[in-house]
Amino acid sequence: MSDDIHALSGAYAVDALDDLERAQFERHLAGCDSCREEVDGLRETSALLAETTMTTPSAELRDRVLAGIATVRPLPPVVPAPATDATASDRAATDPTDQGATDHDGPVTIAGASGRRAPRRRWTPLLAAAAAVVAIGVGGTVVAQQPWSDDSSQAPRPSAVERIKAAADVQTFRHRFPDGAEAVLYRSASLNEAVVVTHDMGPAPDGKVYQAWLQHDDTMVSAGLMPEGPDNVVPLQGDPATADGFGITVEPAGGSVVPDEKPVLLVEFT
Amino acid sequence: MEHLRPVAAGDPTEGSPVAPDLVDLLRSAGRGDQQAFAQLYDATSSRVVGLAVRVVRDPAQAEEVAQEAFLEIWRTASRYDPDRGSPLSWLLTITHRKAVDRVRSAEAATRRDQNYHHQNQPVAHDATAEAAHASLEAHRVRTALGSLTPVQREALELAYFGGYTHTEVATMLELPVGTAKTRIRDGLIRLRDTMGVGS
Repeated sequence: MSDDIHALSGAYAVDALDDLERAQFERHLAGCDSCREEVDGLRETSALLAETTMTTPSAELRDRVLAGIATVRPLPPVVPAPATDATASDRAATDPTDQGATDHDGPVTIAGASGRRAPRRRWTPLLAAAAAVVAIGVGGTVVAQQPWSDDSSQAPRPSAVERIKAAADVQTFRHRFPDGAEAVLYRSASLNEAVVVTHDMGPAPDGKVYQAWLQHDDTMVSAGLMPEGPDNVVPLQGDPATADGFGITVEPAGGSVVPDEKPVLLVEFT
Repeated sequence: MEHLRPVAAGDPTEGSPVAPDLVDLLRSAGRGDQQAFAQLYDATSSRVVGLAVRVVRDPAQAEEVAQEAFLEIWRTASRYDPDRGSPLSWLLTITHRKAVDRVRSAEAATRRDQNYHHQNQPVAHDATAEAAHASLEAHRVRTALGSLTPVQREALELAYFGGYTHTEVATMLELPVGTAKTRIRDGLIRLRDTMGVGS
């Protein structure tokens, strides 16, 4: 498939991929500079098409928009962590997407392996609100589909888990949801790799996906969409080594640039 | 897709590329400058709303989509990276994505309700074209679209304006599975090269 995947760049640039293909392609993009460059150029091009559809908006819209923004705080810039973070932040900025996934209960802070730092700002004050997410059908019927079997669960990445587990500095964060589902995060700072392993996760609500995030200071950077299905092995994109935490949110199909404020799972790295 | 016929260039002041430096406006907006954002809105709203209307069709819903898009643009302004593309392209990428999400989720809801096909409805004649501003740039774009093969152009338009996936486009155009994505890409590349994007 990787011969073929470059051919998705045009469809990706005009949002003509379905969620699975998009997630797949974004994984590819993360490591393919030439595709990224092509996508940027094709997006620039597709934006020109809007020149042919200009419409005068109502005056009310202007009032609504300007009144709306007045109550919303702009997000801080993504501050690149040392070295490779630029890639992840770029992606977070322009590609509102990633992989796809599962579902759950109130947000949970998983105790880390060792000492803890002061909670980070971005999500921590929101923990209380997170209960709102709770009701989304846990443990429902899920088609046990492995859309990523080609590149994550089986082929190139299967060794990722073993590799991380074998690292001298591996940290394990395990969480069991009330319905019995389980998510385990393995992280190795020295490898700058982390992987989430899920078991029996219920599906995300209709039209939604699970999206993984890495927290850098108080900025959340997308770490990819979780694939559908109860049991997944999902390597995180970005820089787990420099991240302060990890979270999973429920997002609209295709994922978001900015995480929902009510994570279903929150892990503070320690 | 006959609606892409060339149109005479209209009043260039209405729709011509915007004078204020959008990069600066975005940067100021990212620091919370609402006035800069208002200027950004004024410079880009006809494109943002026009694109939303074109994809979503329903004007009320399109304004909702545009409003969501502007809110996201405001929130994430500090993350715009000029190295990746122009501000307008960034704004419209966000807008397009939201518009497509809107039509697809609406379509999914309908499909659940009635479990019915929708595919072959003719692409509605473009009601907004009359209202749309003509501009020199639009004229250039239409001319450039004329350099695409008919299949490339239709595939690209169904994807970009119709919000259809390449798989749906293949079915609609009776193309072999897997070839619509190639048509879309080829069409975009030809358009890019004709318009001199990035050169």
